[in-house]
Amino acid sequence: METTAEKKYTYKDFESNQEVRWCPGCDDYVILRSMQKALPEMGVDKKDVVFISGIGCSSRFPYYMDTYGMHSIHGRAPAIATGVKLANNDLSVWVITGDGDSMAIGGNHFIHVLRRNIDLNIILFNNEIYGLTKGQFSPTSLVGQKTKSSPFGNTQPPFLPGELAIGAQARFFARIGGNTPKEMTQIFIDAEKFKGTSLVEVLQNCPIFNDGAYAEFTDKLVREDKQVYVEHGKPMIFGKSRDKGLMLKGLKLEVVTIGENGISEADILVHDANDADPTLHQMLVRLKYPLVTGIIRSVHDKTFDEREIEMMNKVKASAVFHKTDDLFFSGDTYEVH
Amino acid sequence: MANTELNDQAEVLEAVVIRFVGDSGDGMQLTGTQFSDTSAMFGNDIATFPNYPAEIRAPQGSLYGVSGFQVHIGSVEISTPGDEVDLLVAMNPAGLKTNLHAVKPGHTIIVDTDAFTKKNLEKAHYESNPLEDGSLANFRVVEVEMTTLTREALKDIEGLDNKTITRTKNMFALGMVYWMYDRSPEHTIAFFEKKFKGAPHIIEANTKVLNTGLYFAETLELIPNVYKISPAKMAPGKYRIVMGNTATAWGFLAAAEKSGLELFLGSYPITPASDILHELVKHKHFGVKTLQAEDEIAGITSAIGAAFAGDLALTTTSGPGLALKGEAIGLAMMIELPLVIVNVQRGGPSTGLPTKTEQSDLLQAMYGRNGESPVIVIAASTPANCFNYAYQAAKLTLEHMTPVILLTDGYIANGSAPWKIRSVDEMPEIKNHIIKSAQENWHPYDRDADSLARNWAIPGTAGLEHRVGGLEKDRISGNVSYVPENHEYMTKIRAEKIKRVQNYIPEQTTEFASSGDLLVVGWGGTYGSLHSAVKHLNEEGYKNIGYAHFHYINPLPKNTESVLRQFKKIVVCELNGGQFSKVLKMNFDDLDLSQFNKIQGLPFGNSELMEKFKQLVK
Repeated sequence: METTAEKKYTYKDFESNQEVRWCPGCDDYVILRSMQKALPEMGVDKKDVVFISGIGCSSRFPYYMDTYGMHSIHGRAPAIATGVKLANNDLSVWVITGDGDSMAIGGNHFIHVLRRNIDLNIILFNNEIYGLTKGQFSPTSLVGQKTKSSPFGNTQPPFLPGELAIGAQARFFARIGGNTPKEMTQIFIDAEKFKGTSLVEVLQNCPIFNDGAYAEFTDKLVREDKQVYVEHGKPMIFGKSRDKGLMLKGLKLEVVTIGENGISEADILVHDANDADPTLHQMLVRLKYPLVTGIIRSVHDKTFDEREIEMMNKVKASAVFHKTDDLFFSGDTYEVH
Repeated sequence: MANTELNDQAEVLEAVVIRFVGDSGDGMQLTGTQFSDTSAMFGNDIATFPNYPAEIRAPQGSLYGVSGFQVHIGSVEISTPGDEVDLLVAMNPAGLKTNLHAVKPGHTIIVDTDAFTKKNLEKAHYESNPLEDGSLANFRVVEVEMTTLTREALKDIEGLDNKTITRTKNMFALGMVYWMYDRSPEHTIAFFEKKFKGAPHIIEANTKVLNTGLYFAETLELIPNVYKISPAKMAPGKYRIVMGNTATAWGFLAAAEKSGLELFLGSYPITPASDILHELVKHKHFGVKTLQAEDEIAGITSAIGAAFAGDLALTTTSGPGLALKGEAIGLAMMIELPLVIVNVQRGGPSTGLPTKTEQSDLLQAMYGRNGESPVIVIAASTPANCFNYAYQAAKLTLEHMTPVILLTDGYIANGSAPWKIRSVDEMPEIKNHIIKSAQENWHPYDRDADSLARNWAIPGTAGLEHRVGGLEKDRISGNVSYVPENHEYMTKIRAEKIKRVQNYIPEQTTEFASSGDLLVVGWGGTYGSLHSAVKHLNEEGYKNIGYAHFHYINPLPKNTESVLRQFKKIVVCELNGGQFSKVLKMNFDDLDLSQFNKIQGLPFGNSELMEKFKQLVK
């Protein structure tokens, strides 16, 4: 790779000339700007960045990035991105998707891309609603949620994206509120640095069809009390006065108060994102109070692209055929005079 | 030669059709392949076709577990595996029952009498033993205790279990057939030595049984004749036997090497296309990348991703898979990327007849997408020319920046025939539209003035960052555009781009006659049957019948109309309800076309075609 990355891009280098057309107040603007700010910090060359999206509000994203991009068809972005990465391993490939795109129509590609662990980054805009088609319930909508297609309340229990992803062997899973750009920017940088499929779920508020879906966790006034932002190697402490923490009691996570019942900071569970055993990561994903954000899981494993390249190099090293003619004229051939 | 001294008495034949049938586990495919390879190396022209059950391990002895392999060899041009059988080798009653109808009356049937047990007869639903009840009176039946004789031959070889001994009886049958047709067993013995390297007792056993069969036939007075089939007149050069699916895979290998691009295949297992994946995955040494995807859609969309990133991208499938790929083909057409979709057609609709042949996906290939989304559609017509048309599909997609659907079918994909090996050096050049570096005033949808192909800017190239997508594109920048006039312009230019491919493909030719009373029209995998039927008629004196076989379906060759109008009558022959006929009518609505259609999962038979054509020129 050339080292043009050293010329230090600013976020402006990643803005395309297209007018951004999301609804005013949408968290998608936050995600876009966070990405534009994260890219200059990643050490990647602009010419090597590719965004692939499916269909939905989120999937307009590539049009707004001055990189290579494809706005493809509904649900298929992980498969297209897999092809891009296998074709050229030097590229930094990003999948932009939503909860309808990845959990419903593209569910199959979503689980298989995670299983294979190819080196891609997936940003999942989860707003728990179909926005572009104007307000139907999605696979992450809550039971009872009233939408255009569930006027009496949704009767389909939702997926938790993190739970599904880790069940599909995701090696990297992070969750972040749509209104915390600073942390989001850092998570995007970490996702790119992680070798393997990185999945970042953004809790993205849709101000039109599902406004306030995450307000009880993400509102500025309650955020610190209702969320624990986990970091690898650090105790899982939260609260405005940093006095709450998580402890493991038997097979359950429990919220405790530091300073009460003889509990000190040293008793608080330290987050190990690198633990290959997904048990605790799944418990963190499922926890309702506090809601866990940050990088929940980051487990190094060989990537699919590495395996493919290794195998190809191995086969090439012992190759008998170097040109197709060697193959065509090999074996049982015969001469007609 | 094992029986040189008998050659003087041998009856000379032009061509012969032999069918080996038995249980799935009887090794009939191997037996047939050995006979056809040996004959090809002797210099005969050949065509083969395997016929095996859809069930992987059907119950032994059952009617639906019969596996067969047909070989047509000749000293003349052979274009089909043949319809009627001159020699049937039946290893069990079920094989005899399901194949007897194909044997010409008066011709020979070799049976393993050891397999005609009460139990096997019941499994084949025979009420009485056909070897005893006179029902085979119209045939020359050669009864051989093959299993017993095989056991006897192997009794002195140590280390063979019962199963291995029984399994070698197919070589006894092959030995007999080698003697009958004056073939040397050398090639097959060399094959044993390679295949069973490290297991000398297995090599010895197979060789011994093969030779025992050969000597047995020589001394057996039941076999009436030795037949001689001289080498065929074929263009000089180096040949090998190829199956259609292998030839297809190799065509893409050659195209990748010639174009200097890396080959990417995204595919999902489906019958009968999977062999293309099996073949290409072997060739990682050429840098071939293959992805066995999670479904048909990921097969094609991963290929679209690879095409976007600069690979020669390919996806392979059969009928139902093509249906699943429809939306993605539309995307590839819309974003104008090169992509080849191979559809090895099988009997439809729905799951249909997966192991049988049909030509019923033509209209799906032409129109099976939302919106107006024309693509190039071409079809191979023989096992060997699958190589050329795969190569041509790659060339067209790269030179015209639009998806190409290559149609083959189960018949030519699984059939094999001699292929005069083409060196990559002799293949035509393949250009591409890649832009290597940033240019002043460049736009993603700038087009080549002649072909209308857009340019191909590949991720990793500085200064050419751009976005493509399935939304309608502005005619120049490729940005999203909802402008009404732009949509009409773009719809028309995408159609015009396909139409202009006419300027780059060969003109349509006719064989046997370029004008006259009847033009026989075919396309795709029916070439062998149609060609040989018209050829026979021509030899019988019907000089007024011509034959036009189409390989280019969309667009049609430029001169199509003038070719068709040279004949008083036209008959379009297809293994479907009349799909190409509809395509022709749509293009030339005042043409008077008649149709000959067969929808049985089977190829055309020679006699049914000849009868039909004679009727039409009466």
